[in-house]
Amino acid sequence: MATTTLDRPLPVSAPRRKRRGSFGHYVVVALLVMAMLFYLAPVYVMLANGLKDKSYMTLADMWKLPRDLSGGGFAFAWNALKPNLWNSVSMAVPATLFSSLFGAVNGYLFSKWKFRGSDIVFTLALFGMFIPYQAILIPMIETLQRFNLYGTRGGLILVHVIYGLPITTLIFRNYFANVPSELVEAARIDGASLFGIFWRIMLPLSLPAFVVVGIFQFTNIWNDFLFGVTVVFSPSEQPITVALNNLSGTSSVDWTVVMAGAVVAALPTALIYVLLGRFFIRGLLAGSMKG
Amino acid sequence: MATATPLPTTSADVRARAVPQRRRFYLERILSPLLLSPSMIALFVFVYGFIGFTVWVSLSNWGTNKRDLSPRQPLMESYGDLFGQTRFQIDLRNTFIFTVIFLVLSVGGGLLLAILLDRHVFGSGLFRSVFLFPYALSFITTGVVWRWIFNPETGVNLLFEQLGINWLLERIGAGPLHPGWITDPDVVFQVNGALERVLPFTSAIDAKLGIPIALLPVTIAAAWQLSGFAMAMYLAGMGTISQEVREAASLDGATAWQLYRTIIIPLLRPITISTMIILGHVSLKIFDLIFAMSGKGPGFATDVPGIFVFDKMFGAQQYNLGAAASIVMLLLVSAVIVPYLARQMKEL
Repeated sequence: MATTTLDRPLPVSAPRRKRRGSFGHYVVVALLVMAMLFYLAPVYVMLANGLKDKSYMTLADMWKLPRDLSGGGFAFAWNALKPNLWNSVSMAVPATLFSSLFGAVNGYLFSKWKFRGSDIVFTLALFGMFIPYQAILIPMIETLQRFNLYGTRGGLILVHVIYGLPITTLIFRNYFANVPSELVEAARIDGASLFGIFWRIMLPLSLPAFVVVGIFQFTNIWNDFLFGVTVVFSPSEQPITVALNNLSGTSSVDWTVVMAGAVVAALPTALIYVLLGRFFIRGLLAGSMKG
Repeated sequence: MATATPLPTTSADVRARAVPQRRRFYLERILSPLLLSPSMIALFVFVYGFIGFTVWVSLSNWGTNKRDLSPRQPLMESYGDLFGQTRFQIDLRNTFIFTVIFLVLSVGGGLLLAILLDRHVFGSGLFRSVFLFPYALSFITTGVVWRWIFNPETGVNLLFEQLGINWLLERIGAGPLHPGWITDPDVVFQVNGALERVLPFTSAIDAKLGIPIALLPVTIAAAWQLSGFAMAMYLAGMGTISQEVREAASLDGATAWQLYRTIIIPLLRPITISTMIILGHVSLKIFDLIFAMSGKGPGFATDVPGIFVFDKMFGAQQYNLGAAASIVMLLLVSAVIVPYLARQMKEL
């Protein structure tokens, strides 16, 4: 099939390696290593201090390695955050699925079945992904209350699906725009309907787009804090970002536990990034640039 | 879009031929907006309808826990209250300072990293992955960890001690480095006096106009998280610059520095603009990171409109004031985003 933005590997220019051993080469490597130390320092702080035992851990030991592998604050953090971890999973997975599906259908219609004013509708929809959500909180909460969804995971899923529509529609629209229109025209002449074209041509082509949108949306929803803290008020129902923030603000909890908690909260998206980083970068770029 | 010419078809689909093609296309043209409408109507209600309601709340008397949507007299009084509050003036100052420093650090840092990686040294892929990694984490995780790194009792200050920097400083007669970071209430480089001399009406501003020290650690944490995004944007852009351009420049005897300064960076201007718009609007909305890392800060040194809105709505229950502040946030973001979207739409 035609190459599209999402299929193509990240554009990389032909290799222009600096000659190994040249002075410039060492300078570049040295600068990169220094930058890497800066980027990894907080990760080290999280992991190393999470593993330390609070009984012989003081603030002066922050940069030291843990003395043993007893697990430090992880056991406590895991037990404290486990219910919220599950809350986040059971919220982020369905919200990601629904918003991807809606995005696929909308993106298909906006790219292949344009109508008068469809580009304006699309652009107005895109505005929704940039707004500060503070500006919709009051009516959103009142609406959720009216439908008995306030304080529930269902309400949280609903708002994530609705406010996820712009970005998922955008990525799918740009993806489908790269499917040649001749293919669609030919199928229509052969008698395929709007649904038939979607089902038999577009969907089979769209697996890469689903992976990209799925990863991107899962990460966004997992990392959300504002909706989590305002829609769900019961601590046992709140997502992990809110629970981590509460844990961090509890003075009776040792800070090694907070560091371990930060690792637990970050683990799912971090794992996705490490395993599927390629797709993650494509989603990032697809969401910010025109396809 | 051109109307498709109905050609004689060899399709085996008999049912399709029974319906005249033209009419079938017409039906399907209606079908597209029809299928879009449920999700689009929901979205438009949740975006534009809700914004409209928030504007209404900001103009109403709903300033207590008793819901009262009657219009306030005078109508814009909540906005007057808002801009008269020293705290909100400080918030606007902080947003401005934060945005400028954060953009310089993240866009500049991202560009630098992209240029270094553009040299294709050994391990480029690993470096790239490490630099973008923080983007996959939540602002809450970032805030929780950096809060301890910038705790004056440990973290960075401990490094000054343990790496011998303070020992060196003492040797040359300077005092040890021990900044208060997120606990420091100082505002440096104040310009109130100078500003009043040029624009006398600015004497109405109560906030100290300068750079709050406590805000600097927060910009560093934000840049740590988002500079990888700028890097990824620049790397994607650099990949589209043809090899001929680079070769022509090096044949003309351009040094690497000249190549980037006079050719590649100017060619990447559209990327720079997009990146600044996207990161700039993130920084105008910033909330979670500061909420987790420093909160309001000493003397509101790290307070921003996002936190102000949250406080007024869910703490003080002054809904009209909170709504007004959220609309100010929306207007700031719109000033950046609407021109960007308008340009994108022209290219559709």
